[in-house]
Amino acid sequence: MKKQNMFFRMITASLLRRRSRMIVTLLAIMVGATILSGLVTIYYDVPRQMGEQFRSYGANMIFLPSGDSAGITAADTKKAVNVINEKNIVGTAPYKYETVLINERPVIAAATNMSGAKATSPYWYVNGAWPEKNGQILVGKDIAETYGVSVGDEMKLAYAEEDEGVSNENNNAPQNKNELAFTVTGVLDTGGSEENYIFISLEDMASLTEKNTSYDMVELSVSASQDELNDYANKINNSVGSLSARLVKRVTQSETTVLTKLQSLVLIVTIVVLLLTMICVATTMTAVVTERRKEIGLRKALGASNKSIIGGFMGEGMMLGGIGGLLGSVLGYFFAELVSRNVFNSSITFQPLLIPLTLVASVAVTAIACLLPVRSAADVDPALVLKGE
Amino acid sequence: MSLLEIKGVSKIYGSLKALDNVSLTVDTGEWVAIMGPSGSGKSTMMNIIGCMDKASLGEVLLDDVDISKVSSKKLTEIRRDKIGLIFQQFHLVNYLTAVENVMLAQYYHSMPDEKEALEALERVGLADRAKHLPSQLSGGEQQRVCIARALINHPEIILADEPTGNLDEANENIVLDLFRQLHNEGTTLIVVTHDPEVAEVAQRTIILDHGKLVKEVMNENFNSQNAAANNSGSQENGISDSGSKKSAETTEENPEAKKEKAEDNGRKADAMKARGKTRKGSKSKK
Repeated sequence: MKKQNMFFRMITASLLRRRSRMIVTLLAIMVGATILSGLVTIYYDVPRQMGEQFRSYGANMIFLPSGDSAGITAADTKKAVNVINEKNIVGTAPYKYETVLINERPVIAAATNMSGAKATSPYWYVNGAWPEKNGQILVGKDIAETYGVSVGDEMKLAYAEEDEGVSNENNNAPQNKNELAFTVTGVLDTGGSEENYIFISLEDMASLTEKNTSYDMVELSVSASQDELNDYANKINNSVGSLSARLVKRVTQSETTVLTKLQSLVLIVTIVVLLLTMICVATTMTAVVTERRKEIGLRKALGASNKSIIGGFMGEGMMLGGIGGLLGSVLGYFFAELVSRNVFNSSITFQPLLIPLTLVASVAVTAIACLLPVRSAADVDPALVLKGE
Repeated sequence: MSLLEIKGVSKIYGSLKALDNVSLTVDTGEWVAIMGPSGSGKSTMMNIIGCMDKASLGEVLLDDVDISKVSSKKLTEIRRDKIGLIFQQFHLVNYLTAVENVMLAQYYHSMPDEKEALEALERVGLADRAKHLPSQLSGGEQQRVCIARALINHPEIILADEPTGNLDEANENIVLDLFRQLHNEGTTLIVVTHDPEVAEVAQRTIILDHGKLVKEVMNENFNSQNAAANNSGSQENGISDSGSKKSAETTEENPEAKKEKAEDNGRKADAMKARGKTRKGSKSKK
C-alpha cells in the first residue's frame, strides 16, 4: 500500500468514525460556504437586480438636439439607439412638444410613442387607460381639472402655426388653424409637470400640425451601470452628430450610490461570515487537537515527525473544507435564490464559476483556521501524554 | 554483546532527581524487568531508553549511539527504527481498526503493508478481530494489538510499560507468553512493572528506588521456566502463531537444543542481526 493511500485511509477513518465532532466542523464550514456562495452570487447579481428596480424610477438617458439642429430625426434616433445593446434597453420614448389650443387657450401637447412612454416612465399613474390607437389622448390631471374633462370625454385640440415676423400684439388669433377631436382614455397623475400636458401619439401630432415630426427629446431607460451608460453616451455623441446623448444624473447617480452601498454591505457581511467561520473552525480544531493529545503523543512515539502530524491534521481540515465548500456552493445558490425572490422578487442567475471559487475559498479558510491549533499539536510531548500512571 | 549501556545517568527536574547516577547494561536478546515503587524513576528511565526524553547527565548508548546527545529529530528516527513500545493503557487510535493500528507503525517506519500487519495480528491470535475498532475489543485483545504494533517493524528493543497492569490473569498469561516468544526469537525486552509475577519471568530484575538503582536480581530459574512455559503456554492460550508453534515443536523435538538457545544471548544477537538484515532488505525493496 502506498503511503498516500494510508494517509487518505486514516483521514477518512477519522472523519467517518469520529462523526459527532466532525459534523460540527463540517456544519460550520458548510454554513460559511453557503453564505459566502450566496452572498457572492447576490453581489454579482445585485447590479442586474437593482438595475431592474431602478428602471421604475424613469429614464436614465436622454437625447437632445445638438448645436444648431432644430430637432432629432427618427433615423438619427434609430442610429443612436442601435449603439446600445438591445438587451439593455427597457424603453425608448421620443417627445415632440407643441402648443395647441383648447377653447382658444394654449396648452402644451407632448407627442410620443405611448408604449415607449409607458416603459420609460413606469411610475406614471393613469386613471383610465393608456391610448392604444390614434385619436386617443392622455390628459394631465391639472388640464383635466381645468377643462372639466374625464375619461371617455371628447376633447378638441387646435393647432395654428404662427407666421414669422407677424406680431400678435394686435391680433391674438393664429392663422391656418387646424382642429381635431380626440377621445380622453386616461387622466395622468404623476405629481410632476406632466400633469399640465396633453399626451398624443406622434401620428396624431403630425396630422394636427401637418408637419413631419422631428423630436425635441428622446428619453431612454437603459439597464446598465453608470460606467456603461457613460460609455454608450460617448459612443453615441461620437457617431451621431445631430444629437447629444446625456445621462439623467439624478437617476444614474442615485443608482450608483445605492448599488455601491449595497455591494459594500454584502462584502462586509461576507467577510464577517468568513471570519466567524474561521473562528468556529479554529475553535473546533483546537478542541480536536486537545482531545487527541494522546493520539498525537502515540503517533510521535511511533516515530511521526512534526511535519507528518501537522500534515495529518491539515489533511483532515482541508478535506472537511472541500466537502463543506462543495455542499455550501450548492446550498448557496438556493440561499441566493431565496433572498432574491424575497427581496428583488426575481430569480437569480446561476454562476457556475462560483462552485470552484467557493471550494477553493472554503479549503483556504479552513486551512488558515487550522494552522494555529494544528501547530500546537506538534508541541505535544509523547512522554507526558502517554504516561501510564 | 550489549545493546544498551546506561552510564551514570541522572535526570534532574529543578531540585528533584528523578534518576540519580544510574548505570545499567542490557545485552542483545536479554529480558529485563524494571521494578520499583511509584516515583522511583521507572517511567523516567523508560522514557530515556525509549528516546522520548533525554538524560540531564551521563551517557545512554543504544546500539553504540549516544542518544543523550542527539537532536530531537534524530531521537524520533531512532525511536521509529529501533524501538517498539507497549503501554499499560494500550494507546490504540480509537477510530482505526486493529489492522490499521498496526499499519500506523508501518506508515511512520517505512511502507504500510496490510498483509504483513494481518500476519502480525495472526501471530498474537487476533486475525479474526483485524477489522474491529479498539472499542469492540477486550483489554487483553487491545494489548495484543499493541504488541503486534510494537513488533511489526522488527525493533531491536521492545519497551513495555506495565503491559499487564490493566489485564486479568488469563490475558496476562497470553501477553507473557508472547514476550517469551519474542525473547526466544532474540528480541531484547525491557518491561517496567509493579507486578512481581511479571518481573519473575524476566531474566533479570532491576529495582529502582528514589531514582537510584538499588538492586539487581538474576532469575536463576529463567531457563527452566521458559522451557516449561514454551511447552504449554501458547497452546493453552490459543495463540495461533506459526513462530510460537515452531518454538513449541523445537522444544518437543529437541529440548536440550532449545535450552541452550535460551541461555545463549550471543546466538540470539546473531539471529537478530540476520533478521535485521532481512528487514533492511525488504525495506529497501519497498
